[in-house]
Amino acid sequence: MSEMLLEIRNASKVYKQRGVGGVKREVVALQDFNLNIAKKKPSIITIAGESGSGKTTLAQLVLGFTHPTSGQIIFDGQDMATADARQMKAYRHQVQAVFQDPFGVYNPFYRIEHVFNTVINNFKLANKPEARRALVEKALNIVGLHGEDVLRKYPHQLSGGQRQRIMMARAYMISPKLIVADEPVSMVDASLRASILDVMVRLKEDNGISFLYITHDLSTAYQIGDQIYVLYQGTTAEKGSTINVIDQPRHPYVQLLVDSVPVPDPDIKWEGEINLPPEEEMRSSVHSGCRFYPRCPSRMERCLTAQPPLYKIDAIDHEASCYLYDENGVAAATRQP
Amino acid sequence: MNKHEQERNPVLKVRNLRVYYETPKGDVLAVDGIDFNLYEGETLGLVGESGCGKSTAAMGILQLVTPPGRIVDGEVMLEGENLLGLPDKELRAMRWVKLALIPQGAMNSLNPTMKVSDQIADVILAHEKKYDRKRLKPRILELLSLVGLPGRVYELYPHELSGGMKQRVCIAMAIALNPTVIVADESTSALDVVVQRVVAQTMLRVKEALGVSMIMIGHDMGLMAQMVDRIAVMYAGKIVEIAPVKDMFTDPKHPYSELLIDSVPSLKERKPLKITEGITHDPRNPPPGCIFQLRCPFVMDVCRRDAPPMQEVKPDQLVACHLYQVHEDGSYIDVRDVVGNP
Repeated sequence: MSEMLLEIRNASKVYKQRGVGGVKREVVALQDFNLNIAKKKPSIITIAGESGSGKTTLAQLVLGFTHPTSGQIIFDGQDMATADARQMKAYRHQVQAVFQDPFGVYNPFYRIEHVFNTVINNFKLANKPEARRALVEKALNIVGLHGEDVLRKYPHQLSGGQRQRIMMARAYMISPKLIVADEPVSMVDASLRASILDVMVRLKEDNGISFLYITHDLSTAYQIGDQIYVLYQGTTAEKGSTINVIDQPRHPYVQLLVDSVPVPDPDIKWEGEINLPPEEEMRSSVHSGCRFYPRCPSRMERCLTAQPPLYKIDAIDHEASCYLYDENGVAAATRQP
Repeated sequence: MNKHEQERNPVLKVRNLRVYYETPKGDVLAVDGIDFNLYEGETLGLVGESGCGKSTAAMGILQLVTPPGRIVDGEVMLEGENLLGLPDKELRAMRWVKLALIPQGAMNSLNPTMKVSDQIADVILAHEKKYDRKRLKPRILELLSLVGLPGRVYELYPHELSGGMKQRVCIAMAIALNPTVIVADESTSALDVVVQRVVAQTMLRVKEALGVSMIMIGHDMGLMAQMVDRIAVMYAGKIVEIAPVKDMFTDPKHPYSELLIDSVPSLKERKPLKITEGITHDPRNPPPGCIFQLRCPFVMDVCRRDAPPMQEVKPDQLVACHLYQVHEDGSYIDVRDVVGNP
């Protein structure tokens, strides 16, 4: 048995496109990505980044919807590329997903109980009606709902927050080890977001479920996340404990990102204006060097030579992919545990 | 209405606006009697959860409500003229000139078959038919530079632009004819944080330069804190509180505003999560009394009976809640302090 729940080793995903006139183009959605989740310590790991940074590609890789072009995804010691059907089913049992849109995931013709019946049947979780009811009730109670209130209802009769919590309950009922939550709160109203985040924290602490929390919203990550990976155009710009990274961002992109989050205080305004370079320069203009080069305020000659590896910053686990920090330590990204 | 109004010049007055959507089971009261003023040079934020009627309110103001929606009642006074009941022809003449919209999701509101320059020219020429064509290009280039776009955008098609740039083209179109009022409907919510900041700062700069009044609709309280002068909080088709942005953030009065402010996640400190419960009532059939009663932690008997009126508890801070009793002299008491509510 492996020590690690999930290991992602140098995973890359390249999408090939055929553009106008048959010109072949390659889009690197994710490049040499590494991530480990230990079994012993369940944690909420945030994957943050702007649209096009590769965060959803990562979710799809972990969920097995698509396969890496190179690199490995190893779950509990099993390389998913070589898993047979039985192992894949076990994997689906262990890894569950909660998606962004709590309105689109339900079939509007079925009552809420249908959602639970389907998974109980698929995974043969229980046979007797009483056992089935108890299972559903327990899952709903975890997310603060009661079966009698929601099970006989149709999706449109529930609020977005309730629907998303039912999705959490569904995922919990299968008792997975890992839940991939792709923007679970971005379509839920602000006043109800906390209830979803709270469920995530409790599932982690009380039930030992780890989360891959994919979001573009740094502030919710700051409230509940343990580790954070900030992606920029498919590469890890910075990783570390959420508090460290957001309190003291090191990578110039992450600094810009943290600075740009509007502060909910009318007395603290944005400082200074920023200029975005032309679009065609921003998008993968740099194939060899640092992806952030066209926008970087402190760019150097050497940034064009090669993609900077992840350099260690003083704090434990805090690493930034930027040549500004190369004196501080050895390149940690190439090492494997 | 109140003493502050004499000093400020309201450019837009909305009175008792009601917009309903017809459904087979009765009307959905999307906007159910809202009142507010927009003063000259001011930015007013309109916030609330999705489905509370904020976009419908904007459409009601712009007279762009389409079936099954309809404007049931109310007045929208733009510089003294009631827009409701104006014939279509006169309304068309006023759009862009006096009242402009920056739509939600600018990515889909530009015509994909027209160059950026042609779309902006279209706006100008539709309203100034005798405009000197020779001066058209310099004017469009000036508009583009005003919103921080390079001149080469002139020759581009929408698909060649990023989301943030398209959003800025929409801003350029909105300011092309120097309107009195701009309505920005969630105009930055589909953008990444950094791009959102660029667009938001563009809007602030343009607003300063032109002195237009703006209604900003959104749900991001952080962005509101950065952008607006006053905030109106909407809940289920009604405005429950209007206050200057500072008062709203430091001392919200309505329980729903309190909830909204409390649930803003911070990047400064880790706070315990504040959980709230409850479901909104059926919008076709609101309960008698206060609309927030089903979710309000301080609900009292009177809330289930009478709808609370708008009261001015502090200068410029109006709230519709029975918790506050305003005296003759303008001071107020919070019922919670008196009863010692749990």
